[in-house]
Amino acid sequence: MTDRLVLDGVGKTFVVDRAPVVAVEGVNLSVAENEFVSIVGSSGCGKSTLLNIVGGLEEATHGQVRIDGVPVTGPGRDRGFVFQGYSLFEWKTVAGNIRFALEKTRLSRAEKAERVAHFVNAVGLRGFENAHPGQLSGGMRQRVAIARALVYRPQILLMDEPFGALDAQTRGMMQELLLRVWEDHKVTVLFVTHDVDEAIFLADRVVVLASRPGRIKRDIPVPLSRPRPYDIVAEPDFVAIKRDILADIREETLKTMATPPLPG
Amino acid sequence: MTDTPRSKGGLGRYLRLRRDIPDWLFTTAGVIFPAVLILLWWLVTEFGLVRPLFLPGPGTVLAEGVRQAREGILWDDASVSLYRIMAGWLTATVVALPIGILMGNFRLIEGALEPLISTVRYMPVVALIPLSILWAGIGDGQKILILFLGTFFQQVLMVMDNVKTIDMNLIRAGQTLGFSNREILSRIILPAAAPGIWDTLRITIGWTWTYLVVAELVAANEGLGRRIMDAQRYLATETILFGTLFIGFLGLLTDYFFKRTGRALFAWSRQRG
Repeated sequence: MTDRLVLDGVGKTFVVDRAPVVAVEGVNLSVAENEFVSIVGSSGCGKSTLLNIVGGLEEATHGQVRIDGVPVTGPGRDRGFVFQGYSLFEWKTVAGNIRFALEKTRLSRAEKAERVAHFVNAVGLRGFENAHPGQLSGGMRQRVAIARALVYRPQILLMDEPFGALDAQTRGMMQELLLRVWEDHKVTVLFVTHDVDEAIFLADRVVVLASRPGRIKRDIPVPLSRPRPYDIVAEPDFVAIKRDILADIREETLKTMATPPLPG
Repeated sequence: MTDTPRSKGGLGRYLRLRRDIPDWLFTTAGVIFPAVLILLWWLVTEFGLVRPLFLPGPGTVLAEGVRQAREGILWDDASVSLYRIMAGWLTATVVALPIGILMGNFRLIEGALEPLISTVRYMPVVALIPLSILWAGIGDGQKILILFLGTFFQQVLMVMDNVKTIDMNLIRAGQTLGFSNREILSRIILPAAAPGIWDTLRITIGWTWTYLVVAELVAANEGLGRRIMDAQRYLATETILFGTLFIGFLGLLTDYFFKRTGRALFAWSRQRG
């Protein structure tokens, strides 16, 4: 398989009160086409910063991000983004939100309508096309966000703790839904989370970030077969991987707790 | 033990923290309270507890209103004042919207304008009357200028805030979808900030109303504010009271208009939660 996404010595240094703070340092990562990679780390480890850099929403101060060999210089339609908060356009309907993402494409009106209908269906929102986001539950809103990020068929899907605000039950359902959608519309995924179960359940590989500065601590393959049933989390293979990662994360969290939080 | 909730009887039921009460009660309370005040007013005047010079009875004030309406003074005053209010408020709004929106989006513009605006905001509008006469004469222009000054500086900072408080992720979403800065501004930031801006317009037109008397303090022959000031000279307390109440009433109508229109325009933003 070819590498779709390459992070080459990516680093980011902020200046806080005239003192440099290294948020991310020397991250090297290669992600293959259609590979699903989770990034886990304790809060404040720079995982969101890393994702924003890949998304072109923040600039790296060191290194380079390349997509199919081309350096990233800003946001682009080769990447779709799903944010943690509800970043929907509240004044637009469900279909309107998804259609808005197609506006910069050259598709005909009919093709757009067809795409929108297809993705509304794929995330299980048929019948809610004309609802406004304010009328939807948290899980439904994130389904709209996923459809909006996939409808223009980006090569890479970036997800920043998309299910972080949902209750545990809804979150489980959303993970299964995401995998179903991903099986049907293969795309390279970079999924940031602090939930280890979620990271393993979804991904082909789990990258554990160390904190202060954020850098790759471990890169652990998840050789579990797909499709994965929801109760795979109780299988010995799953638990073994989880135990491994938990130990790493705990070590990092303890380190973070011993240092004062970053100002600002 | 039964598990019936310990319900408080009587009024206590309606005085629980943050708890909703039936709609009818909410509305009734809003009618009864002013009614009680008017009743008290009537009582103290009817039984001669206060001299009519200081407080004429509700009947006298109402009769004054009827007289003004019959003689046509009321409509002349109201239309002149309404014109000034609308002109002052609209001018302020037309200037404040673009500036506030720019300030909310560009730190440089905010940095350049904010200190100045915040300073002017605290200057008493009454103190600006002499200058306003010097610059704008004694015609309608001067009245409109005063109303503009009283409204604009508050309005522009509030619009800035309305723009600033929209979710950054909306802007980011727009960037990832390939929209240009200009498109993000017009198609994402503005619609997202619109309900807040509408509220600002509603609140600030209320402030414009409160400056009416100040605006009509000098060299006005007509106007609701003028009528009140004239009445002071003749100790026509019922005219003062009627004029003041009438301005309040028109303000209430304005507010109602903005609330209803806002609800219709931004139905999507009230569905939250």
